Amino acid sequence: MSTGGPEAGASAAPYCDHCGERLDARAHDSCRRLRELEPPRFCPHCRRRMVVQVLPRGWSARCVEHGETRQT
Amino acid sequence: MTDVLQTARVQVLDEGRGLTQEQLVEVLNLPDETIPDLLELAHQVRMRWCGPEVEVEGIISLKTGGCPEDCHFCSQSGQFTSPVRSVWLDVPELVRAAEQTAATGASEFCIVAAVRGPDERLMSQVRDGVQAITAAVDINIACSLGMLTQAQVDELKAMGVHRYNHNLEAAESYFPQVVTTHSYAERWHTCTMVRDSGMELCCGGLVGMGESLEQRAELAAQLAELEPHEVPLNFLNPRPGTPFGDQPLMEAADALRTIAAFRLAMPRTILRYAGGRELTLGDLGTREGLLGGVNAVIVGNYLTTLGREVDEDLALLSELEMPIKELSKTL
Repeated sequence: MSTGGPEAGASAAPYCDHCGERLDARAHDSCRRLRELEPPRFCPHCRRRMVVQVLPRGWSARCVEHGETRQT
Repeated sequence: MTDVLQTARVQVLDEGRGLTQEQLVEVLNLPDETIPDLLELAHQVRMRWCGPEVEVEGIISLKTGGCPEDCHFCSQSGQFTSPVRSVWLDVPELVRAAEQTAATGASEFCIVAAVRGPDERLMSQVRDGVQAITAAVDINIACSLGMLTQAQVDELKAMGVHRYNHNLEAAESYFPQVVTTHSYAERWHTCTMVRDSGMELCCGGLVGMGESLEQRAELAAQLAELEPHEVPLNFLNPRPGTPFGDQPLMEAADALRTIAAFRLAMPRTILRYAGGRELTLGDLGTREGLLGGVNAVIVGNYLTTLGREVDEDLALLSELEMPIKELSKTL
């Protein structure tokens, strides 16, 4: 289960999963706040846009290169 | 108490007649210090004409993104630069979503697709989905699939779809600033076909899109004229990449005045908290709205964004001693 946040589940990943920009390029506090009410949109490993399905309780996000993450 | 509230006490609370558009403009212009009185009156109207029960619903996106329409608030339009990618949900996942929703005590499950209107592929997926959910889950099924033909209305009714959602989205006078790929009249037409078919009509809109207070009152009056069974009230959640992406969030006080105004316009309708309440109203405002005219909620997540924790909403309803409407009472 991922708990959300731009770097969640991908501590070594370089990209923000909300905006897709590099995590070290700027502060991502606003992304972190927004992520509380949004699923990830960008793969934190390669910044590709992910295919995201929101479910009543949870979501799934799939990167064509790095596979699927789910929150249930 | 102000003149319009004194009038509403007699006209709406005692007689069950909704306020007119002109009266609603007065309500929406009431000063902040009158909001507690306004919400209290709206709550009394809801209790008198609807009762204490709250209708709980879950929603799911069957087909996400890639929509050809240009609704300026929507991240699923294919015409804007949005991080939302297209995806279809398969039938087993759809059934699991219905099961998750039913487990919350919800009596309604709404299947939504981001389309202008359903093509045969979508109708086929809906047909299979409704059949599978009906066989596995004890819950009412609603659909929101865009603009319909009369044949599609008839087919959805024959499938056993209980309620159909099609929002007006905005007042007629503001609609061209919100959508240019179809008209207000086309939306109205689908709504009237649904209503006349015997399916329950769910029809609401969004506020906080830059409309004037007069246009907000106009939307409420136009919805009242349609007499929908349910009115979902959305507060704009500005989506990145959409034309309304830079709109400021609606002020909580304005949102509460709007909730009360909608209740005073439509004393008997199911008035549902839909998208945006978490950002616009927060926890305190959510409570105030439930004590100010709202008698239905979407629990859990929305189509592309996340909602409050389901358990938080259910605990709030319990604390407010508002029982969840049972499935048997909706049939």
